Amino acid sequence: MNFFEVFELPRRLAVDGDELQRRFYALARRTHPDFHQGVPVAERAAVEERAALVNAAYRTLRDPIARADYLVRLEEGRTTREGGGESRPKAPPALLAEMFEIQEALAEAKAGPLDDSARAGLVEQRQALEARHAAEEARVRGPLAARWDAASPEERPAALAALKDALATRAYLRTVIADLAEALGEEEPGVAHHRH
Amino acid sequence: MSRIIGIDLGTTNSLVAYVDETSGLPRVIPDADGRALLPSIVGWAPEGLIVGEAARRQLARRPKDTVYSVKRLMGRGYEDVKDELAYLPFEVVPADGTVRLRVGGREVTPPEVSAAVLKALKERAERHFGEPVEKAVITVPAYFNDAQRQATRDAGRIAGLDVVRIVNEPTAASLAYGLQRLQEGVIAVYDLGGGTFDVSILRVKDGVFEVLATNGDTHLGGDDLDRVLMLWLLEDIQARHHVELDRQCVELSRDPEVMQELRLAAEAAKIRLSAEERTTLTLPLPGFTYRRTVTRVEIERLIEPLVAKTLGPCRRALADAGLSAADIDQVVLVGGSTRVPLVRRRVQELFGKAPHSQLNPDEVVALGAAVQAQILAGGITNMLLLDVTPLSLGIESLGGIVNVLIPRNTTIPTSAREMFTTSVDGQTLVDLHVVQGERELVKDCRSLGRFELRIEPMPAGLPKIEVTFLIDANGILQVHAKEQRSGKAASIEVKPTYGLSEAEVDRMIEDSFTYAEADVETRMLIEARNEADTVLTHAGRALRQGASLVPAVERESIEAAVTSLRAARDSDDRDRIHEATTAVNRATEHLAEVMMDAALKGALGSKRASEILKEPE
Repeated sequence: MNFFEVFELPRRLAVDGDELQRRFYALARRTHPDFHQGVPVAERAAVEERAALVNAAYRTLRDPIARADYLVRLEEGRTTREGGGESRPKAPPALLAEMFEIQEALAEAKAGPLDDSARAGLVEQRQALEARHAAEEARVRGPLAARWDAASPEERPAALAALKDALATRAYLRTVIADLAEALGEEEPGVAHHRH
Repeated sequence: MSRIIGIDLGTTNSLVAYVDETSGLPRVIPDADGRALLPSIVGWAPEGLIVGEAARRQLARRPKDTVYSVKRLMGRGYEDVKDELAYLPFEVVPADGTVRLRVGGREVTPPEVSAAVLKALKERAERHFGEPVEKAVITVPAYFNDAQRQATRDAGRIAGLDVVRIVNEPTAASLAYGLQRLQEGVIAVYDLGGGTFDVSILRVKDGVFEVLATNGDTHLGGDDLDRVLMLWLLEDIQARHHVELDRQCVELSRDPEVMQELRLAAEAAKIRLSAEERTTLTLPLPGFTYRRTVTRVEIERLIEPLVAKTLGPCRRALADAGLSAADIDQVVLVGGSTRVPLVRRRVQELFGKAPHSQLNPDEVVALGAAVQAQILAGGITNMLLLDVTPLSLGIESLGGIVNVLIPRNTTIPTSAREMFTTSVDGQTLVDLHVVQGERELVKDCRSLGRFELRIEPMPAGLPKIEVTFLIDANGILQVHAKEQRSGKAASIEVKPTYGLSEAEVDRMIEDSFTYAEADVETRMLIEARNEADTVLTHAGRALRQGASLVPAVERESIEAAVTSLRAARDSDDRDRIHEATTAVNRATEHLAEVMMDAALKGALGSKRASEILKEPE
C-alpha cells in the first residue's frame, strides 16, 4: 500500500493539510499499538509496522517537498532505498560549472583559516545559494506540482522529469549550503547535521 | 486487561501511580508512612539490601556501599561517565562496553540497581491493591537513546515486571496536564529533573497529543546544580579552615563520608534557597564546625551557566518543530529542579509567557505514566499520545559516514527499509553497524550495536537482503532481515554495544530471585546461629558455676546436648540448629532453676525462689 492509498488520496501533489491531519488522527486512533495491546506476541511486529506505515505516510505527505520526492520515487518504483550507497547527492550537470568556483573556495577554507574577504565571499555565495534553494523549492511546490497534477498520461513522464531535476538541484544546494555553514564555523557542535 | 501501574524511575526519586477507577484521575501510591517519593537509592547493609529512605540514611555512613543517581549510568559506557566518577563515592568499573558497580562485596550492573528500586515500588503497589501487580509503564527521559531505554526495560524485567511501555517523561507529564488543565494548542514541556533535561513541543488537538519535536541533555540536572555548589563550598572550607585542616592532616576531597555530608548539605541549601533569599549552612567536620550563610544571588551566579545550557535544546526543539517561541500557547514545568527561581525566570524569558506548574513537578510524570498505563489497559479511549524518536538512526557506510535511515523527531512507531547485497562471491555474512546521533561521522555518534546477517552463499551482488529497521512505540529499535530471492528470513545476531544480552538479562532475572530467597534464608540462618551462641554461652557458664548442685547424670545429659548444638551450629541446617538449641534449653532448665534458688538462698535465707516471686509487693 503506498502513502497516497493509506489516506485514500489520489496520486496528486495538491493536498489539503487540515484534511490530511484529520485523516491521520482518525487512522492513528485505529492503528496505534496503544489500542492493540491484546494481540499475540507473533502479531506485535505487524501492529507496529502498520502504525509505522501510517506515520511515515503522514510525515511524507504533509511536507510538499517530501511529498514530491516520494511521488517521483513511487512513479519510478524505488520506494525501498539501496543500502550502503551514496549518502550525498551528486551535482546536477547544469550546476557543475557554477559549483566549481564554490568548491574551490570551500577547499581553500578547509586548508587554512579564513581571512575577512574570503569570509565575506563565502557569506555572499551562501546567500545566493539560499535564494536559489528557496526558488527551487517554490518551483517544486508551485508550478511543477500543478503541472504534474494536470498532466495527461502522455505528459506525465516530462512532468515527472522536471520534478526530479528540480528536487535533485535542491538536494545538492542543501549540501553545499551546509558545507558553507561548516566552513564559516557556524555549525554548533553536535547539532543538526542531518537535514531533510 | 490486568492492572498496569505507572512508574517514574527518577535519578533522585521514584514514584508509582495508578488511575483511580471512580474519579478517573491518576493518583500516586504512598508508602506506609504516607510518603509519595521513594529516594532512588540502594544500599548494601549487613542486614541485606535496603532501598529508599533507609538507604538514604546510610549515605554518609556507608558511602562505598550506597548507590544513588544510578540512572546516569544506565545504558552508558565507561568512557561516557568516567569524568563524573570522581564525584561518585562507590566504585564503578568498565565491563564489556557497559559499567559495573562494586558494592556490598559483589559486582552489579546499573539495571540491577534500578531493579531494586522498581521492586520496592512494585511491592508498594501490591500492598496498596492487596494483589500481585505484574505490568508497568516506566518513564524515561525523552532524550534517552536506544541503549538507555533497553537498560530501563531490562531493569523492569529483572524486577519481575512486564514493561508494557517505555514512555517519555515530558510527554507523560503532558498527559497528566491534558487530563484536566490543558487547552488545545501548542505546548512546550520543560523538564529539568535530578540528572536529565528534556524539552518537548507538542500539539494537543482532539485528544491527540502529537509530539512535534524533542531535545535535551541526558547529563544535566539537579545533581549538577548540587555539584557546583558543593565544589564552591569545598573551596570555601579549604580557604577558611586550612589551619584546622592542616593540623589534622585532613584532605576533605579524599574523604567520601565528608564529601557525602557536603553534597547533602549543598542539596538541602539549594532547596531552601528556592523559597528563601538566604540560608545558613552548618556542617560538622573533623575537628571543627563549618558554618556560613549562602544567598540566592550567590547560588544563582554559580548555576547560571548550567541553566543557560538548557536553552539551546529549547531553541533546537522549536526549530525542528518549525515554530518560534511566539507560537507556543502554554509552557509546562516538570521536575524538581524547576522549583529553582532562576530556572523559572529563564524559561519565562525564552517563551515569553508564565509557565504552568499547578501539578506537583515531582509527581506529574508518574501521574502521566499512570494515564498512559490506563490507555494501554483500555480504560481511557479518547486520548492518544503520538511520540517521536529523539535521535536520528543510521547505519555506517563507506568511509565511516552515517547513512541516516530514520531522522530525529520522526513519529513512532516508524520503520525504514533498506536493500543490501554482497560484494564478494560466496559471502555469507553482512555486517551492519547501527548508530544513533546527529553527527555526520560514525565515530561522533553513539554505536547501538552490530547486526550480523547470515545468508546462503551466492555470487557477489546477487543476494537482495531487505532489512527493516523498526523503532517501536517504546522508542526501541528492532531489526528484521529477509533475503528476497529465497524469501527466507536472514538470521540476525545482535551485538549490543552498550547493553546486556538477552542471556545476561535472563540470568539476572534468575539471580534476582535466588538472591532474594537466599537473602531471607541467610538472614534466618544467621539469627539461628546467634541464638545458639547465646544459649551455648549460658549453658557453659551454668555448668562451670552450678555443676555441684545437680547429679552427674543430669550434667552428662547437659553436656551431650551442648556437644550436639556445637556441631549443629556450624551446619547450614537452620532447623537442626533450632532443635539443638531447644534441647540445650530444656536440658539446662532444671539446673537454671536450682542455681537461681541457690543464689536467692544465699541472699534471702531459706525461701524457695518461686515463693519469693509469688509474694505480693
